[in-house]
Amino acid sequence: MERQGIGRNPGRDRAAGTGLMGTPFMSSGTSSFTEFLADYNPEYLPGRRMDALGVPGGGGGGGLAAEVPHGTTIVAMTFPGGVLMAGDRRATAGNLIAQRDIQKVFPADEYSLVGIAGTAGIAVEMVKLFQVELEHYEKIEGVELSLDGKANRLATMIRGNLGLAMQGLAVVPLFAGYDLETGAGRIFSYDPVGGQYEEHNFYSVGSGSMFARGALKKLYRADLDQVGAATAAIQALYDAADDDSATGGPDTTRKIYPIVAVVTEDGYRRLPEEEVSELVHEIVDARHRQPEGPQAPLR
Amino acid sequence: MTTPFYVSPEQLMKDRADYVRKNIARGGSVAVLNYDGGILFVAENRSRVLHKISEIYDRVGFAAAGKYNEFENLRQAGVRLADTRGYLYDRRDVSALGLANAYAQTLGTIFSEQVGKPYEVELVIAEVGDTADRDQIYRLTYDGAVFDESGFVVIGGPAEAVSGVLKNTYAEGASLGEAVRTAVAALGRDGNETRQLEPSQLEVAVLDRSRKQDRKFRRLIGTQLAGLLADEPGAEAALAENGDGHGSEADSGAAAGSQGDLLDDVDEALDGEDGTES
Repeated sequence: MERQGIGRNPGRDRAAGTGLMGTPFMSSGTSSFTEFLADYNPEYLPGRRMDALGVPGGGGGGGLAAEVPHGTTIVAMTFPGGVLMAGDRRATAGNLIAQRDIQKVFPADEYSLVGIAGTAGIAVEMVKLFQVELEHYEKIEGVELSLDGKANRLATMIRGNLGLAMQGLAVVPLFAGYDLETGAGRIFSYDPVGGQYEEHNFYSVGSGSMFARGALKKLYRADLDQVGAATAAIQALYDAADDDSATGGPDTTRKIYPIVAVVTEDGYRRLPEEEVSELVHEIVDARHRQPEGPQAPLR
Repeated sequence: MTTPFYVSPEQLMKDRADYVRKNIARGGSVAVLNYDGGILFVAENRSRVLHKISEIYDRVGFAAAGKYNEFENLRQAGVRLADTRGYLYDRRDVSALGLANAYAQTLGTIFSEQVGKPYEVELVIAEVGDTADRDQIYRLTYDGAVFDESGFVVIGGPAEAVSGVLKNTYAEGASLGEAVRTAVAALGRDGNETRQLEPSQLEVAVLDRSRKQDRKFRRLIGTQLAGLLADEPGAEAALAENGDGHGSEADSGAAAGSQGDLLDDVDEALDGEDGTES
């Protein structure tokens, strides 16, 4: 019998190729794709491969962490009627640049965004699973999850990665969404063990986050419009890249600019390349005159 | 000692088939047909929450007739299978044919091998392609038989009568409005009487080829459906231009209302994005 390559045991493999009877597809009672996949074959879940890898739990493993690509800085901030998220484009592996144009800000669904910092491979897989999770729930149940529900699902996924986080392969996402019930943008941050915290006004994660957060502290105003928020976010990323070697600044020679995305009542929108390019060039030009960026009044 | 009395396999299968056919014929019909922009699903369904038509995956839609709990079970299994395939391979690798085969195996097994009663369902699995000639419509019967249909197909209720009407009225390459009106007229012409089906008695959805986002499935509800049914000038143009109209109807069912509005909001949002990008 040829293996189908799907599923944990031969019976299930055959079933996946030819029918649904007697498989978890028919008998599963859950609306969660992650839970379903755990039942179907837990090895498909990010962070559940400890046994397969033969990695002993806890401690050691620092070598691998330095070899695989890591994502760096993500910023998010709310503005009236929505929320914005932006990320630089660099992934690093130790002291090397692993990728110049990695995407670290994704739509989770129509009304929410997720940005990733930490081990890029696991984080991208987690985002992919999270996107399916939200769509799956919507299709099975016929309604979307609430924003808090989505944020909690993401926390559960990070908790599933705890074993690998202990090995130095942590994933630290930033989640932001438009709350259809209140009509406002909201931001959630996480720690490597799955702790979930709601942030207000603005937040940043990743290696350059201290600098980005410092910049946002001086630049953020509650009444910024979308363009204003995008400008502040790019300024903050510029400052992060200025002081953190793992964060990439705008690459004007290769035309690689930060990814900026918003969600509002109208849903997800990634700012088109031209729009971001214009803002980036304005900011870079201004920095030619004033390298430290805009200055806040002293009192 | 009692002699177990003999039932020929022919008789056994015939009995089971008769039982199923009789029950499927009791409900309302569902029509699935091609139109110039994709695939249209129209069902007679008074419920706003218990759907007969659903999204399975990006380009694949599902329509069912028969017993709700049974086809809902099959629908959920299909969503799980599709999402698993899409997650493990790629979104493009989920196809109507793969799903139709899985359903055929399942229905066949239940019909012929199970001790209990067979499923009283009939299904349509349809996939919208990049071009009209790559559209696929599969009809699956209770015994696991698969039929590769082209143009239109009707399941459930007085399917043959409705199908007979459609055979004369269906036109290839019809616009969405024409296709909706043709289908609704056919669904109302079961048997001798002619009924005028109202929007509140209908469940209508499309797999819209022109949608820019991956998920092509879209429900037509409220005023936009009413506009299409009444052939209001501009109803179709409005749909074609921004991919959507306004479906903000005053819906009495709270859950159904919020869901309908939600889907609508999503569409509006998405299509707003399209407008600015294109």
